[in-house]
Amino acid sequence: MSQSHDHGKEVAHGASHDSGAPADHAQHDMHLGLYWGIGGVLVVFTAITVWLSYVDFDKMFAGHGWNIIIGMIVATFKVCLVGAIFMHLKGEKPLVWKFLYFTLFFVAGLFFLTLLHYVDPIFGTTHAHH
Amino acid sequence: MQIPHEVTARPDTGLYNAKLGIWLFLASEVMLFGGLFSAYIFLRMGAEDGYWPHGLLNVPVGAANTVVLILSSVTVVLAWASLKMRKFSQYKLWMGISILCGALFLIVKLAYEWPQKFEHFGAFIKKDAIAKYEPYLDNEGMKRKKLAPRVEVSGHLHEVTMTYDPKVWEGIVKEQETNLQQIDDRLKSGKESKSVTSELERDRKRIAAKLKEMPSVKLENFLPKHDLEIAKEGGHGGAAHHDPSVQTIHSTKMHGSERAGVTPATAEKLEKLPGLKLVTFELGLDPINADPTNPESDKPHFWYKGSTKTHGTIQRQDVESWSAFAPKHSPYFAVYFTITGLHGLHVLAGVLIMLYFWLPVEGGANMFKRNPEHLANRVEVVGLFWHFVDLVWIFVFPIFYLL
Amino acid sequence: MSTAALTHAHDAHAHDDHHYDPGFWRKWVFSTDHKMIGIQYGVTGLAFLMFGFMLMMVMRWQLAHPGEAVPYIGGLLQTLFGSSAFQSDAKGIPGVLTADGYNSFGAMHGTIMVFFGIVPVAFAAFGNFVVPLQIGAIDMTFPRINMASFWCFFISCLFMLVSFVVPGGAAKSGWTSYPPLSGIADLGPLNHVFMNGQTLWVTGMVFNITASLLGSVNFIATIIQLRAPGMTWMRLPFFVWAQFVTAFLLLLAFPPLEAAGVMQLMDRAFDTSFFMPTGLIVNGATTQWSGGGSPILWQHLFWFLAHPEVYVLILPGIGMVAEIIANNTRKPLYGYKAMVGAIFVLGFLSFVVWAHHMYMTGMGAKVSAFFQVTTVMISVPSVILVTALMLSLWGGSIRFTMPMLFATAFLPMFGIGGLTGIPLAFNAVDLYLHDTYYVIGHFHYVVAPGTIFAIFAGVYYWYPKATGRMLNEFLGRMHFWGSLIFINGIFFPMFLQGMAGVHRRWYDGGAAYEQIIKPVIHWNNFMSVSAFLLGLAQIPFIINFCWSIWYGRKASDNPWDSTTVEWDTPTPPPHGNFTKEITVYRGPYEYSVPGADKDFTPQTEAPKADKPHSPTPPAAAPAH
Repeated sequence: MSQSHDHGKEVAHGASHDSGAPADHAQHDMHLGLYWGIGGVLVVFTAITVWLSYVDFDKMFAGHGWNIIIGMIVATFKVCLVGAIFMHLKGEKPLVWKFLYFTLFFVAGLFFLTLLHYVDPIFGTTHAHH
Repeated sequence: MQIPHEVTARPDTGLYNAKLGIWLFLASEVMLFGGLFSAYIFLRMGAEDGYWPHGLLNVPVGAANTVVLILSSVTVVLAWASLKMRKFSQYKLWMGISILCGALFLIVKLAYEWPQKFEHFGAFIKKDAIAKYEPYLDNEGMKRKKLAPRVEVSGHLHEVTMTYDPKVWEGIVKEQETNLQQIDDRLKSGKESKSVTSELERDRKRIAAKLKEMPSVKLENFLPKHDLEIAKEGGHGGAAHHDPSVQTIHSTKMHGSERAGVTPATAEKLEKLPGLKLVTFELGLDPINADPTNPESDKPHFWYKGSTKTHGTIQRQDVESWSAFAPKHSPYFAVYFTITGLHGLHVLAGVLIMLYFWLPVEGGANMFKRNPEHLANRVEVVGLFWHFVDLVWIFVFPIFYLL
Repeated sequence: MSTAALTHAHDAHAHDDHHYDPGFWRKWVFSTDHKMIGIQYGVTGLAFLMFGFMLMMVMRWQLAHPGEAVPYIGGLLQTLFGSSAFQSDAKGIPGVLTADGYNSFGAMHGTIMVFFGIVPVAFAAFGNFVVPLQIGAIDMTFPRINMASFWCFFISCLFMLVSFVVPGGAAKSGWTSYPPLSGIADLGPLNHVFMNGQTLWVTGMVFNITASLLGSVNFIATIIQLRAPGMTWMRLPFFVWAQFVTAFLLLLAFPPLEAAGVMQLMDRAFDTSFFMPTGLIVNGATTQWSGGGSPILWQHLFWFLAHPEVYVLILPGIGMVAEIIANNTRKPLYGYKAMVGAIFVLGFLSFVVWAHHMYMTGMGAKVSAFFQVTTVMISVPSVILVTALMLSLWGGSIRFTMPMLFATAFLPMFGIGGLTGIPLAFNAVDLYLHDTYYVIGHFHYVVAPGTIFAIFAGVYYWYPKATGRMLNEFLGRMHFWGSLIFINGIFFPMFLQGMAGVHRRWYDGGAAYEQIIKPVIHWNNFMSVSAFLLGLAQIPFIINFCWSIWYGRKASDNPWDSTTVEWDTPTPPPHGNFTKEITVYRGPYEYSVPGADKDFTPQTEAPKADKPHSPTPPAAAPAH
C-alpha cells in the first residue's frame, strides 16, 4: 500500500517520477483500525497459545508431540498475520515474494534434511524422542 | 552524486533501494534464526528421555513481554502511517511508544528473567546413583505414569561443603618453581642458540609473574571472601579423607541470622581452585523435587513457583554435571540463552535505530521538513526489521516457555 | 554513441564529478567508492592468497623432509611463529615444523585460501569493481554499507593474523573446525580465555561472515535496482549473472554458519554443549561439559554453507572466463541463455547436496541415496557451463592475449577438477577415498588451477581499467607457463597418492606408513619441488603487478575492443563512473556482427538510424 502506483511493464527507470506527495489519506485512516485490530487478535492468540499448552493433546489424540504441532500452527498463524498486515506482504511486490519463496524453501531444507539423521541412522545409537 | 531510487521506487521492481535491501537482509536473518531453530530441533530430537527440561521459565512474564512486543509492532506501523499522512506529532508519539516498548522488553529480560536463572541451581544425577535420590525424583511413579524419568535435582543453593588439601596447592607452586629453576640453569649454561634464549627469557618472565600472583597456601588467601563466610572444621577431615591436614569447610553466606546462600557462580569458582573439592550441595528444593509424587508436578505450571523451604542434600560424587540455570547447564539453556541473546541484540539494535529516527537529528526526525517521504521510507524499513524481531519472538515464546 | 535519445536517468550526478575531492582518508582508506573498495578487497585478498600459499610451502617442506628444519628461513619462522609451531632439531638448528604447527598451518591454509583469499578477490573485489561498471551504475546501491563490509572483513583479517602469535598458535582443528576437537582445542591453563587460536578463529569467522552478508545484500540490490536504462536481464554480461547467483548463495547459506559460529563460541567461552556429546572424555578425564550436544549438528550447519561455498568460489571464476572468452574469440558466447539457466539450477541445487561431505558420519542408505542423487544432478548444470564455454571457442579466431591464456587453461583444469569429483559423489567410492589426497587433488583442481587461474585472467583483463596501464606481456607469459606446469606438478600426483590410500592429515608425509604406501611416497618430493617452483613462478606476476602501476604501457579506454559497458568509461573511471549517460541498446556479446563497421558493437551503441528501430525498449523483465 505504500507504493500503489500501477506501473506499466515497459517503463524505463527514472530518478524522479514520484513527487513524494502524501499518499491517500483516507486509505491510511482506514488501516489504522485494522492495525489495532490485528494487534488485538495477536494478543488474544497469545493467550490461546498459553492455554493450549496446558491441554494434554497427546492424551486426547493418543499420539505424540501434538502439543508441539498445535502450538506451532498457532504461532505460524500469528506470524502470517504479522507478515501479511504489519509487514504489508499482502499486496507486496512479486520480487519480495520471490525472495521469500527461495528463503523459505532453503530454510525448510535446513530443518528437514538435517533431521534425516534421525530418520535413517546407520548405527541405531541416536535417540529420536521429543 | 545521487544514487538512483533512494527515495522513489524503481518502476520495474516497484521498490526503493532500502526496501529491497531490508528484505534481502531479512532473508538472511531468516536463515540465521533458521540455523538456530534447526539446532534447537536437532538437539531436542537427540536429547535422551528426561534431559530436555520443561517448565523452567516464567510463563506470565514471557507472555507479558510478548504483548509488549505486539503492542510495539502496532505502534511502529502507526508511526509509519502517520508519516505517510504527514502528521508529525502523531509520528513522534507512536514512535516514542515503540521505543519505550522495546526498552521495556529488554529491561524485563536483562534485569529480571536472566538474573533469576543465574541464581538457580540444578544438578544432573549420574545414572548409577539415581536410585539414591528417589525421594526427590519419584521415578517409580513416573514410570507408572509412562512419563519421562526425572534426572535432575534443582533448587536454591544454600550451602556447599568441601575439603581443602593444601598439599595440592603447594605442589603446583613447587612445580612452577622447578620450571623456573630449569630455565635458569639452561640460561646459565650458555649453550642455547639466540632464538631459544630469547624464548626462554620470555617463558621465565611469564612464570615469574605468575608465581608472584599466586597466593600462599593459606586458605583465606584465595577463597573469594566477599561472597561467603567460611565455617571451618579444621583438622579431622570428612569421611573420605583421613589425612589430618585436609580441612572440611562449610561455605555459606549469612545474612543476619538467615542463610542467604552461596551463589552457583561462587561454588563454580571454588570447584576450580586447586586443592579444593566439593563434597555436598545443600539446597532448598524446587517444588517438583520437594513434592515429587504430587501429580501437579508432572506438568509445567503457569504461575512461576520459587524453590521451597524443604531441604535436600546432594553428594557431589553422584552428580554428572551441575550449574546454575546458565548456558552451560544443558543444551536447552544453551539454545535458550543463545537465541534470546541474539534476539535481544536485535531488539537493542531496533531500539537504537528507532531512537535515531525519533530524535531531532539530521538523518532522523529533522528529515521530516526536508524530505518527509524519505523519512517515511526509513521508518518503514526499520518497521519491517522490527516486525521481524517480533515475529521471531512469536516462535521463541512457545518453544521455550510452553512446549 | 549518441546521447541524444536520452530523456531521463540520473542527471543529478553528471555535473559535480569534476569537483569531487574527498581528501586522503576518504579517498584511499575509508572510501565509499565501489572501485576503491574493490581494489582494497583485491589487494588484501591477493596478499592473503600469497600468505596462504606460503603456509602451504612450509607444510610441503615438512611432507617431503619430515623432521628437518626449514632451510634458510627456519630461524626467522621460529621467531615469527613461536615455539608452538616451530622447534629446533637435535643439532639445535631452529625451524622444524611441529605437529601442532603443521595442524595450525593446514587449518589456516584452508581458511585463508577460501574465506580470505578467493572469496574476497573473486567475489568481492571483481564484483565490486566490475559489476556496477558493467551494468552502467554510478556506484553500489548502499555505498556506506559497502565500506562497512570491507572494514568488517578487515577486522576479521586482523583476528586471523593475530591468532598466529598468541600462545598455542593459530587454530588447528582443520578449516572445517569439527567439534569436539575444535571445542577442546587451545583451552587450558596455558591459553588465554579469548586470545587463543580457535576462539580467535571462530570470532574472526563471525566478522568475515557479517562482511559477506553486507556485501551480498549490496550486490543483489545493485544488480536489481541500478541497471542502466536498456540493461534488461538478458542483456547482462554473464559475469553479472554469476555474481548475482553467488551473492544469493552467500546471502542464504552463510547465516547458518554464522549461527553455528556463535554456538561454537558459546561452547568455548561459556562451556555450553551445543556440539559436545554426552560422556566426552579428554585425556582420560571426564570434561566440564554437560553433554547432550551433537558434533554432527556442526557438520550439518557447516556444510550447509560450505557446499554452496564451493560454488561461491567457482561461479565468479566462470563468469570472468566467460567474459574473456567471448572477448578473445571475437564471437558471442555459445548458449548464453542456457548458461544463465544452468547457473540458477546450479545455485539452487547447491543447497541440497551438502551431506555428501558426511557419508562417513553414519548416515543410513536412504539418506545417502538422496544426497547421492542430488550430487550427481548438480553435475548437469556444471557440465552445461563448461561445455558452453568450450563450444564458444569453436570457430573463433582466438587472440591469445594474457587473460585468454589463463582463461583457456581454466577450461581443462576445471574439467579435471569437476570430473574427478563425480566418483566422490557415490557413497561406496567415497568411503574409500574420503580424507585421502584424492579429495585434496579434486578440489584443488577446481579452486587452484580453476578459480585462481580465472582470477589471474581477470586481473590481466581488468587491470588496465583499474590502473590505466597494461600489464607486461613477457612477464605475464613467464607467469602463465610456470604456473600451469608446476601447479599440475603439485596436484596431479595427489590423485595417485590418494587412490593408494595416503591420508590428507599425515604430518610426516606418510613416513610412518611407508610400507603400505611405498609405491607413491616418492611423489612427495616431486610435489614439494613443484610447489616451490610454483612459488617462484609467481615472482614475475608480483613484479609485473607493482611495476606496471607506474611504468606499464598506457592503456586506452577500451584496450581489448570489448563490447560491455565497463569499457565505455574513461580509464581509470572517475568518481561516478561515467562521463555520459549510459543507455544500453543490445546484448553483451555483439562481436563480429555481419554488416557492422567493426568487429565489436558496444552495448551502448545506438542502432543505426537507417535501420528501423525502436529506441530503448529497455528495462522491465521481472527480477528473479
